[in-house]
Amino acid sequence: MSHADAHAMHPPTATGLDTRKLAIWTFIGSECLFFASLISTYLVYKGKSLVGPLPHDASQCMLDGRMQQCEGVFEIPLVTFGTAVLLFSSYFVVKALSGAQRGNRKQLIGWLSATVVGGLFFVGMQVYEFYHFFHKGLGYTTNVFSASFYTLTGFHGTHVTLGVIWLSTVLVLAIRGKLPPEKALNLELAALYWHFVDVVWIVIFPVVYLMK
Amino acid sequence: MATSAREHAHAPAPSKTGLWSWLTTVDHKRIGILYGASAFIFFLIGGLEALLIRWQLRIPENNFLSAEAYNQLFTMHGTTMVFLAVMPLSAMLFNYLIPLMIGARDVAFPRLNAFSYWVFILGGLFMNASFLFNAAPDAGWFGYANLTSKQYSPGMNVDFWVIGLQILGVASLAAAVNFFVTIINLRAPGMKLMRMPMFVWMSMITQVLLLLAFPVITVALVFLLTDRMFGTGFYIPAQGGDPILWQHLFWIFGHPEVYILILPPFGIVSEILPVFSRKPLFGYAAMVFSGAFIAFLGFGVWSHHMFSTGLGPIADSVFSLTTMLIAIPTGVKIFNWIGTLWGGSLQMKTPLYYALGFIALFVIGGLSGVMHASPPADLQQTDTYFVVAHFHYVLFGGAIFAMVGGAFYWWPKMFGYMLREGLGKVQFWIMFIAMNLTFFPMHYAGLHGMPRRTYTYVAGLGLDWLNLVETIGSLGLAVAFTLFMVNIFVSFRGRKANPAPADPWNGATLEWSIPSPPQEFNFPEIPTVEGRDPLWTAKRKHGGPLPEPKRVDGSNIHLPNPSYWPLVTAIGMSIMLIGFMAGGLPVNLIGVAILFFGAFRWAFEPTG
Repeated sequence: MSHADAHAMHPPTATGLDTRKLAIWTFIGSECLFFASLISTYLVYKGKSLVGPLPHDASQCMLDGRMQQCEGVFEIPLVTFGTAVLLFSSYFVVKALSGAQRGNRKQLIGWLSATVVGGLFFVGMQVYEFYHFFHKGLGYTTNVFSASFYTLTGFHGTHVTLGVIWLSTVLVLAIRGKLPPEKALNLELAALYWHFVDVVWIVIFPVVYLMK
Repeated sequence: MATSAREHAHAPAPSKTGLWSWLTTVDHKRIGILYGASAFIFFLIGGLEALLIRWQLRIPENNFLSAEAYNQLFTMHGTTMVFLAVMPLSAMLFNYLIPLMIGARDVAFPRLNAFSYWVFILGGLFMNASFLFNAAPDAGWFGYANLTSKQYSPGMNVDFWVIGLQILGVASLAAAVNFFVTIINLRAPGMKLMRMPMFVWMSMITQVLLLLAFPVITVALVFLLTDRMFGTGFYIPAQGGDPILWQHLFWIFGHPEVYILILPPFGIVSEILPVFSRKPLFGYAAMVFSGAFIAFLGFGVWSHHMFSTGLGPIADSVFSLTTMLIAIPTGVKIFNWIGTLWGGSLQMKTPLYYALGFIALFVIGGLSGVMHASPPADLQQTDTYFVVAHFHYVLFGGAIFAMVGGAFYWWPKMFGYMLREGLGKVQFWIMFIAMNLTFFPMHYAGLHGMPRRTYTYVAGLGLDWLNLVETIGSLGLAVAFTLFMVNIFVSFRGRKANPAPADPWNGATLEWSIPSPPQEFNFPEIPTVEGRDPLWTAKRKHGGPLPEPKRVDGSNIHLPNPSYWPLVTAIGMSIMLIGFMAGGLPVNLIGVAILFFGAFRWAFEPTG
């Protein structure tokens, strides 16, 4: 009955699944099509840029006011490191959730803070990367590679940022002692979203950065 | 927080009337009525736009409208009817009926439901505000690139369209999550999936289509927005982009969208026919699976909108085949509807008239639709009035006829009085004749080569009298809907003399087991369901009509508190998006701030 008490508004559900959890899964299903459209567009425009810079290969590009030979912009080591941090943050949030469910406050707050830091690091990495690319002559409107790349990774970065805000909110609740085990679902919902954002990056990283 | 929540729950019930109660309502029935009223007004606006178009075309080389005004009118007519009339009319029925039909007290997320409505109405008002600037969208409801590029559409017209649709998309997605979860999770005990009323089934499939189709147009619109605002080249060949990408993304959304428009009407007709035939829906399972199959195939036919772009023989063949294939489940539905009527004890009441009209007209529209599946035939028909005839048969003859039938059917439940039968039937005959007068000649005009979206035509091409007949027909449609409003007015005036019982039609589904209109909590006790057509089972067991349900005191029934944060959040969201068009980054940021403020207050508000 504790489940029914926790959600006094609704009687036990028809499927036994929590309604909010089902909503997050439904939303994630919808988001898949959002990212699928962005990734498809990136792939469709692969190799269609009229001027440089390009992701991997050297090309002619406008830099410092003149056309010149430019290197490919991608720096795989940096983004690999960012990817690893983001993936580890998915593990961190699992540990945090386990802490929340077992009422281990120290574990909850420690791992959740690590998750937030991991997310912030990833966003920071992306800001640095964008800044760096920009100075290599890759503006938003430079070519169809830049437009589709910045739009895709920019929207992913926005999702990560929203995830960081959501997780931070839950972290504040946890620190104030408002995340007892029976409310661990509040973290689980954010964690589901966080895993999704990670999974999208697992697609983006090889498709955008590694595939030549 | 826990203390304040308890205090809140015991606070005296807030007033249930007045403007404030509507602005803060989270009751699915009130939100349904808000959707319905707003959508009907938009429908009248869209209808007025259509009449102006028809008045321009009644004679050749007319100069009643300029080409520019004509472009705005046909674009806004299409956009309004699709996004601001038919979709929200469906949303009205989702809101009002789904919880009642599955035996629930409300939707899964009542405040999210209010949010959807507020976003929808803000999007609709924003889109129509374009008229005030004499800058209504003018690139067609499909907004083909590169007609929509800054180069060819430098004004604000297309900006209104892009941002308006983006706002409306948010409303649709939020509502789709809500209704999908509601149907999956809030069914009353015993309401198994294969016992759900067909309207609920079709609604659920529609939510899946919304969830999977709207993200695609969101992305398509983002590209268009950045092309126009920041100078990217997604759809601009000079920058390496490809205008055909727009068509692909738009129609990957757009074809599922036509099923989003028509599946709820399928559901309406599947409710009306059994009740007025006095026998259960024929082939229930086949109806469910054909609906699901239509939705699945609906994602695999989009390129039949693009045969004329020259996709090559392989793509043409594949999309031609899938398009022909989708006629099969649709045909299954039509045969099942006829099977439902077959041997039934037909009660010739107004809702049945419209349901029968729906079947007849939808079959005509369906047949001309299959003709488009053949690329060589389609190349002749593309961009002609033949296509206009086709989709008006399915959307007016189909969706609108079903909606009007549904209005007559559920009006007594929603408002507690009956609409006049006689007036309803007169309206039906005027609508049926006028609809065919308006749209049937368009087949001929189209095959004679009359192009769509062109503000005039020259005399002597054999198009003159066809267009005159069409315009006369459109005036008939105006008369029919005037009669509908007269009916509402007259019936409302005489509502005391003509109150609706709980079950005026001998219905089969749960909404007829409770008083008309339902009390705020819907069901005093959550019903238990033992089969399809639960109310017919109950009546059979009872050996006749059930006693009229009493209105009961529901003060001990826990209901969600009203909230104004959905409205605040919706305003923030709209301002954020409108910033792309007016005011720039500061306006975007103000919108984001209001959005976050509203969302946080919403998240931490005691729900009671």
